[in-house]
Amino acid sequence: MPRTNEIIFSIRRLYPAVDAVPHTQRFPVELHPGMTVLEGLLQIRESQDASLAWRFSCRMGVCGSCAMIVNGHPRLACNTQIQDVSREEVRLAPLANYPVIKDLVANLDTLFEQHAALAPYIARSDSAELIAPGGEFRQTPAQLTRFLQFSGCIKCGACMAACPTVASDTRFFGPMPLTAAHRYNADNRDDGFATRKRHMRQRHAAEHCHYAGECSRVCPKGVDPARALQLLRRELLLDWLGLRRRQALAMVQPASDDQPPSQRRVQTPPPFTVQR
Amino acid sequence: MNDHPAVEQRLGLVRWLTGHRHGIEGYLYICHRISGIVLLLFLSLHVLVTSSRLFGEETWQTLMSLTHSPALKFLEYLVFVAFAFHATNGVRLILIELGFAVGKAEHPVYPYRGSLHKQRPLMIVLMVVAAVLIVLGGFDALRLGR
Ligand code: HEM
Ligand code: SF4
Ligand code: FES
Repeated sequence: MPRTNEIIFSIRRLYPAVDAVPHTQRFPVELHPGMTVLEGLLQIRESQDASLAWRFSCRMGVCGSCAMIVNGHPRLACNTQIQDVSREEVRLAPLANYPVIKDLVANLDTLFEQHAALAPYIARSDSAELIAPGGEFRQTPAQLTRFLQFSGCIKCGACMAACPTVASDTRFFGPMPLTAAHRYNADNRDDGFATRKRHMRQRHAAEHCHYAGECSRVCPKGVDPARALQLLRRELLLDWLGLRRRQALAMVQPASDDQPPSQRRVQTPPPFTVQR
Repeated sequence: MNDHPAVEQRLGLVRWLTGHRHGIEGYLYICHRISGIVLLLFLSLHVLVTSSRLFGEETWQTLMSLTHSPALKFLEYLVFVAFAFHATNGVRLILIELGFAVGKAEHPVYPYRGSLHKQRPLMIVLMVVAAVLIVLGGFDALRLGR
């Protein structure tokens, strides 16, 4: 039994350049109220073993670097208080479903390649407008709500480690990249659906989600990838039936200082930007 | 890009159950896939057995008498259990995968409540229907109802 103000960190360690198999190393960590798993790791590195490897950057659940398996669940180390996990032992392993580079550092290259393949940015087809913008695109609060939830993703990969389909299908695009695709499909400024379709429609993409819901359960940002994937599926079906419609897009003249926002003129957009 | 020697640790099929604890929808996912395969195996077997009639009355009669054994009756009941679950859960999956039962995107406000919460009443209702079917089928299979 550890002392009352002490907790054991059991960390899966592996340095593929040296070790053939991973081993577990136990570190006692002095516990303070409110302490996070990340602070525990920093304490170990400062006072016990400087060779321990993991990723972190922002320490506040924003950068998405520090996702790892904490007592069996994919979580952000910086966003997880030790007392919420266990009073005796914190068990840490690198994110599942990805190769290990060292200790708690997983190699997420394939994740980011899949993400990039889905063109995760606003793509526009009217190059004339891109070169000489005629104004600002107007987005109503309702149009914003259609994608805001999905834009909160910090690409931490927790959902990819939790998904049972990612676990058993090496080519499955998985929750994070497909959620990013839906975030842009659902944006009224976007024209990229047709470009993304090549990947979204293939067998190992949206079609392979069977709604285990694990991604949404572990997501630290409330992104709800499971919802995004079902909404994406619906868009793909509507598109296949020829029923998918572009959202309305209006252009607003840039505000000038002597013109209050209420008096800004809403322009009829050029015909190629909107197909109602 | 991949110049690090890296050790693969994809969880794979076996670790669906041992990888980490799932939520209830995660276990339903596993059960749905297993019950689907059970039904597929049963259907193939069923077609094979019934096609034995092609080899004459006698072959058919011997096979039929085999199926009256209590053990096979019980196995048949298990297939019914798989079917009752697969069909009710399948209705939920069809609704979800057409984007109906998951709700619209909402602002992520902590504590997060998302599509899992939205579809849960449907899940509970359908699982109660499955349980009722399974119990009723059990009475019938054990000839308690008659
Ligand atoms: C009313 C009856 C049925 C309904 C409503 C139904 C519904 C479904 C649905 C919606 C799926 C897709 C699930 C997903 O996306 O995860 C599915 C999968 C499947 N079903 Fe059925 N099904 C029924 C009967 C059957 C029967 C009779 C068989 C056997 C011949 C069967 C075998 C399968 C198999 C093998 C799968 C694939 C499992 C997977 O890959 O996840 N189903 N079913
Ligand atoms: S959807 Fe959530 S769990 Fe998945 S990568 Fe984005 S923030 Fe992480
Ligand atoms: S360190 Fe940035 S999310 Fe944890």
